[in-house]
Amino acid sequence: MPELRDLYQDVILEHSKAPRNFREMPAANRTAEGFNPLCGDHFTIYLEMEGDSIRDVSFQGAGCAISKASASMMTQAVKGKTLAEAEGLFARFHGLVTGRQPNEEGSLGKLAVFSGVSEFPVRVKCATLAWHTLRAALEGAQQPISTE
Amino acid sequence: MTTPAKRLATEIQSPAATRPYDVEAIRADFPILRRQIHGHPLVYLDNAATSQKPQVVIDALTRYYESENANIHRGVHYLSEHATEEYEAARESVRAFLNAEAAHEIIFTRGATESINLVGQTYGRAHVGPGDEILITAMEHHSNIVPWQILCGEKGASLRVAPINDAGELLLDGFASLLSARTKLVAVTHVSNALGTIVPVRQIVDLAHARNVPVFLDGAQAVPHLPVDVRSLGCDFYAFSGHKVYGPTGIGVLYGKSALLEAMPPYQGGGDMISSVTFEHTTYNKLPYKFEAGTPNVSGAIGLGAAIAYVNRLGIEAIGAHGREILARATAAVSAIPGVRLIGTAKEKAGVLSFVLENVHPHDVGTILDQEGIAIRTGHHCAQPVMQRFGVPATARASFALYNTIEEVNALAAGIRKVQEVFA
Repeated sequence: MPELRDLYQDVILEHSKAPRNFREMPAANRTAEGFNPLCGDHFTIYLEMEGDSIRDVSFQGAGCAISKASASMMTQAVKGKTLAEAEGLFARFHGLVTGRQPNEEGSLGKLAVFSGVSEFPVRVKCATLAWHTLRAALEGAQQPISTE
Repeated sequence: MTTPAKRLATEIQSPAATRPYDVEAIRADFPILRRQIHGHPLVYLDNAATSQKPQVVIDALTRYYESENANIHRGVHYLSEHATEEYEAARESVRAFLNAEAAHEIIFTRGATESINLVGQTYGRAHVGPGDEILITAMEHHSNIVPWQILCGEKGASLRVAPINDAGELLLDGFASLLSARTKLVAVTHVSNALGTIVPVRQIVDLAHARNVPVFLDGAQAVPHLPVDVRSLGCDFYAFSGHKVYGPTGIGVLYGKSALLEAMPPYQGGGDMISSVTFEHTTYNKLPYKFEAGTPNVSGAIGLGAAIAYVNRLGIEAIGAHGREILARATAAVSAIPGVRLIGTAKEKAGVLSFVLENVHPHDVGTILDQEGIAIRTGHHCAQPVMQRFGVPATARASFALYNTIEEVNALAAGIRKVQEVFA
């Protein structure tokens, strides 16, 4: 049986209550909007790219604890990374939350707290919304993206 | 279980049967209620999404497929005749349930959504033109918004929206002031799925008919809780879904007044809806078959007939009284929790308790309650304009049925307190 505390770990609850990099970014040169129409989650991701590198990243919006904490911790994880590094991180994160690829080498760092999501399949969309939106921003998507 | 339910049983009498309303005996009729979810007894409070099915409905479906299956209105053989009789008997059950004048005024559809689309694509296409208006309310389900938007888009007509107040009650003056010579149809929910508001549909019909505007009522959330008499309401169309009133999914009903249905063009073309076909010309079948192209959901109709028989046996008045008691208890228990805001506080409500928790997103409420075996709906409930009206992205919604108990209401309240502990 899945355990609630595996999902709502203290770090996740803490980030959902006090999200990091939770602000608009006037200097952003890339932005994207993401929706989870099922539950009404809605985030905007702001990026300041310098060449191939994420010089700064922030987000705004509203969503559940999982989606908000994921967005918050994502901004911390990808700041200063290159586009390819961020993509690689998303791939490993996605593997973790879907349960397809456990975090064997500990390469996800703090993001490993989201491992409990794999026991709650309907919440995978919440955990990955910010990441999908980040990817859309990196790709320069013109339309808001949706998890549906 | 225990005393509160027993107390209810003595208080609420079914006038039809003069039997006490024995909720524990009723629960025994629903096999799924014996399930455990995540190690807890299932507390099913998502009835506005779909209701559970009593054994008699499940048995009716099984019996049909095991020993009665045949196509209808086609064969001279025994099984086809028998299936046709059962299908038409279900139509008669629906007629009596809604107190319609004639069985041919009852059209079987896939559900309330298809019923609405049917009216939009037939009556609507024939009667709505450029500059015309269709009048709805601010508390409609998407299914009573989008089909009219599609029609308005095709015809150059516009959709007008009657306002509601902060309690979620329709402002009748606002509604009346939007009625005009341009209004070609009024389409209103009978009970709001997101707020639980019982809409004063009788007054709406009177206001609209005073201007010769026909009225469509979406009864999907009303028929499980309220006695519905389409002749006393005077409405021109009435729709509901079988699965929300203890019947199977994939079967629904459109009631329409004979004269209107007769004058309407057909909906879909195909078998069963024709009298004769040549490559040059088709003569359409009489009512109700004109609107039932193709092999219909025979088992679904038979299952719906069994569901209506079950509801009739308990008595819709007794079911309604039980539902009011449960909703009142739930409203008191949940609103007593600090940090809870109820969304939808109309004086007249049925079956639905929508709420938000301070600092906790409804989706997290839903996940934590689910771990306690409590099934509720979280999200926008296919009513995004309602969410916008109340300034929330989503709500948590507990919705009740004839088998819910005071113990389950208490479990809901305890579950909400547990959510607050997790997020403390």
